[in-house]
Amino acid sequence: MMSDETVSAIALTELPRKESFFKPHRIVLMGIAALLVFSIVWFMRWDWVPKYSGRLVSGVGVTLLMLASTSIIGFLLAVPIGLVQVTGPWPLKALARGFCTVVRGTPLLLQLWLLYYGLGSLFPQFPGIRNSFLWPYLREAWPYGVAALTISFAAYEGEVMRGAFAGVPAGELEAARAYGMSRFTLFRRIWLPRAVHRALPTLNGETVLQLKSTPLVATITVIDVYAVVSKVRQETYITYEPLLLLALIYLCLTAVLVVGFRYFESKIPTRGA
Amino acid sequence: MADAGSMINWGLLALEPPGWGGVLLAGLWNSIQIAVGGYGLGLLLGTGGAMGKLYGGPVTKDLLEVYTTLVRAVPELVLILILYYAGTDVLNQISAALGWGPVDVSGLAAGIFVIGVVQGAYSTEVLRGAIKAVPAGQIEAARAYGMSPGQILRRITLPAMLPHAIPGLSNLWLIATKDTALLAVVGFSELTLVTRQAAGATKAYLLFFCAAGVLYLMLTLVSNVLIALIERRYRRGMAEPA
Repeated sequence: MMSDETVSAIALTELPRKESFFKPHRIVLMGIAALLVFSIVWFMRWDWVPKYSGRLVSGVGVTLLMLASTSIIGFLLAVPIGLVQVTGPWPLKALARGFCTVVRGTPLLLQLWLLYYGLGSLFPQFPGIRNSFLWPYLREAWPYGVAALTISFAAYEGEVMRGAFAGVPAGELEAARAYGMSRFTLFRRIWLPRAVHRALPTLNGETVLQLKSTPLVATITVIDVYAVVSKVRQETYITYEPLLLLALIYLCLTAVLVVGFRYFESKIPTRGA
Repeated sequence: MADAGSMINWGLLALEPPGWGGVLLAGLWNSIQIAVGGYGLGLLLGTGGAMGKLYGGPVTKDLLEVYTTLVRAVPELVLILILYYAGTDVLNQISAALGWGPVDVSGLAAGIFVIGVVQGAYSTEVLRGAIKAVPAGQIEAARAYGMSPGQILRRITLPAMLPHAIPGLSNLWLIATKDTALLAVVGFSELTLVTRQAAGATKAYLLFFCAAGVLYLMLTLVSNVLIALIERRYRRGMAEPA
């Protein structure tokens, strides 16, 4: 079980605060940083950026699309996966646990290649699949990328949701039952919202981790921002500059995610502090 | 259609050369070496980083903050590429400046360095949290006994924070074993890359990727058993976690 602390140790989940930011030594440090940035801009080669800017922007779009679609579908899958591990009958419980163990126990890159090369080489052998309406999509790379990322997010987040469902105080559920709520109403009104609230800080970290996993889809020919930068490096023989720009882009995307989640968390009413 | 048993050519997994089993196991061994090396290097960097973040001067704290922020916000794959090229480049330039000519950096050393730097940032954060969980009175008592900072670290801080750090550190170990797969992208022949080569050569994609998956899963499950043993030992005398 991955705790909140581990997730925030491997994924950025908070940004520095404004009020405590300016201190005397930081002005010196920022001066040095500004000098560093200036020399990077001045002495390194950036003449390729205008030529590739259009492709870079569409690459960022693909990355964000991958992130959003796989996190949302993955989260929708994670809710039942977490729920059956808490209350489900034992075959479902065992199935969900096995799914989480297998997916979390193997590298995402391997799962991605298993789906793309393995299933991708298997599908054409079945005429039923080749004649189906899905075939034009199954010949592309992105469905495999979406599938692999979704499965991975569902497994990690399913584990988080299991803890969140189990952690909702029993008294609240008993109170709902005493009010005569049906099982579904109880789930919709009390259990799910309380569990999501508990899972939200971890969800933030998991989403940043998901963003950090998206460049893997470039290895199966999906043209995300990482693939665009690889293309730039191949065509221009420039080693570092595209990678630095790429790191900067991911840094900004992570910051946007963190700010978005902070806003979202502040919208949820909590009692007391 | 023939039955499934005859469709799978198990002979491809044989250990001897027409089969690829030996190649896969060699890849697994490479992965484990890199994971162990990178994790160890990460622990060293992490201990230093956590100490610097908690007890260092303002400049040290800020520089370490930049390090952990960057590593936690940028994908491992991108970091691995940057560190891989920059690391070998810097090493070559140093050796050229010393007049030794270009050095040939082994893939193993480069992989350990790359995974270690990434893991270093992660374990800085884990260890910092664990050290903060040690009651301040214990460290003050050690200081009152006149222990030097090194002695305090060795005798009080490290042993006392270990139970708090073990869950996080074991997760980092599992992450390290899985992050080695990313080195396939820079062409280091660890398990994932040799699996892809074997699969490409024999066209038995599903068989080889599933076999490699089983190997990774076994590594994870064996690690889990060992982690449970270690955790039980270091949690002696502590209350059961809720």
